[in-house]
Amino acid sequence: MRKLLAVPALLSALLAGCGSTPMSSDQAGASVEDRSATSTVQTPPVQTVTPAGDGGSAARMAELTNPDSPLSKRSVYFDFDSFVLRPEFQPLAEVHARFLLANPDVRMLIQGNADERGSREYNLALGQKRADALRRGLTLQGVPEDQIESVSLGEEKPRCVDASEDCWAENRRADMLYSGEF
Amino acid sequence: MKHKLFTQALLLACWLLTSVAAHAQLAIEITGAGANRIPVAIARFDGESTLPAGVSEVVRRDLERSGLFSLVETGPQPVGADSIPDLANFRIRGADAMLVGSVAPIDGKRFEVRFRLFDTQRQTELGALALRMSSTQHRATGHRVADFVYEKLTGLPGVFSTRIAYVVKTGKRYQLQIADADGENPQTALASREPIISPAWSPDGSKLAYVSFEAKKPVVYIHSLATGLRSVVANFKGSNSAPAWSPDGERLAVVLTKDGQSQLYTVNADGSGVRRIASSSGIDTEPAWSRDGDWIYFTSDRGGSPQLYRVAPDGSNLQRISFSGSYNVTPRPSPDNRSLAFVTRNNGRFQVAVMDLASRQVTILTDTERDESPSFAPNGRMILYATEIGGRGVLAAVSSDGRVKQKLSVQAADVREPAWGPLPR
Repeated sequence: MRKLLAVPALLSALLAGCGSTPMSSDQAGASVEDRSATSTVQTPPVQTVTPAGDGGSAARMAELTNPDSPLSKRSVYFDFDSFVLRPEFQPLAEVHARFLLANPDVRMLIQGNADERGSREYNLALGQKRADALRRGLTLQGVPEDQIESVSLGEEKPRCVDASEDCWAENRRADMLYSGEF
Repeated sequence: MKHKLFTQALLLACWLLTSVAAHAQLAIEITGAGANRIPVAIARFDGESTLPAGVSEVVRRDLERSGLFSLVETGPQPVGADSIPDLANFRIRGADAMLVGSVAPIDGKRFEVRFRLFDTQRQTELGALALRMSSTQHRATGHRVADFVYEKLTGLPGVFSTRIAYVVKTGKRYQLQIADADGENPQTALASREPIISPAWSPDGSKLAYVSFEAKKPVVYIHSLATGLRSVVANFKGSNSAPAWSPDGERLAVVLTKDGQSQLYTVNADGSGVRRIASSSGIDTEPAWSRDGDWIYFTSDRGGSPQLYRVAPDGSNLQRISFSGSYNVTPRPSPDNRSLAFVTRNNGRFQVAVMDLASRQVTILTDTERDESPSFAPNGRMILYATEIGGRGVLAAVSSDGRVKQKLSVQAADVREPAWGPLPR
């Protein structure tokens, strides 16, 4: 934090040296805070292979990111204005439900998304409905409610940013993240 | 050689930094003005040339930007607060009112600014005031003088001394910023690599509530602007969003999903005392408290499409407000509680509209297509909102009669989620 705060100070010093001040002094400045993400979705949690006999916690986590495993598939897509799990995604929900049932100490975060049209807060609520639909698909297989948290990113983290129907369809989505990935 | 390289590097750094600073500034462009602008003559203040920058120029720019005034040229000669201006002459030149003023040092550091406003037709004084300031406070003082002139001539309080909050997105970086109402003096309250949405000013202007996604999910925070300290208001299982302050600043309405889908709750500002205020089979979101505290307006799709509703803060007296169209969202009551600004979908365009609450008549105010997040100025005269122009997020403002239009943009960045702060206390 101390290191981060030094940067604005350096900028101010440089600006003062340039004979230009970006902020007038007739108002007390609000202080700057920096909130950086501590982990990212893309980082695989574990990359080493665990020696046999410990229950394989690292091995089972590695399976989640193995591109040959169906568990590496984490996204479920929804139709326009729809919050129903499409039948084609039912097998994927079953695979993940089995994994959660076999690993009760592993938690899942489902992040729902919405396309960018309209109000941000209403879209946040629509993304929540998609996350909830997927969570129901998993709890109906017997996964305990408290093993899964469903949240929404609304239209704030689009995977695709063009204003086109293909793009909007890509963003009507719910993603599954496991412990260590959020 | 080494020294020369260093100098060049420093110069380059200077150039980059000043250009970044210039880009971070909100630039205001006036795209429409009121039909009957009041012609005013704002003379240069006597003695203001001793200041680093003039006070009267700030007054002129404020009044002109409001779209409600036209400026009558006064010439370079200053007119002091104690002189008797030739009001008949300025009447002939078209001015309805004239402002004169003087700036005089009190001691080495402080100055007194005295000013008088005249009605040129009746040849009477409309009012006079004296303000004290340091030599660097010419802008804050000019805004207060402009507020005085605005109130004397329109009957409504001026909003030139208020501040606005908004979110700037540059690449993958989000900054919650606070600037003066004219876009000057931008300060960053929070910088994050995750989105920030829904900033809401506390009624006393000392704090902002907002939703940040830094925890990989939406969480509601309160941020004290003086100290930069934050506290969590709502971080329940699921999503936490859409904070709205009660008029006394003690409670917030929020949207939580802890008991199912997005529903309305109220919570104390310290995060205690969570109470559910409505329940529906659909989405309830975007609460906004009326200034009299009688109602919480919100968006709900319980009837099949998103529409505007209101409910008393204790959960009683639920009413649907909007009945035409299939998409009406983000209700924001005016400061006088007589009208509602909101966003309506109109032939595929999302536009800011106002509804007169007595007659329920709706007027679309904008000609933009991707409008979001309307926010009333504290005098109810203007509505600040976010829209998209040329594929980029900008802020725009429109008067509540639709006549005055402004665009506020930051070069090379997306600006969104505006919230107009309260009148200074």
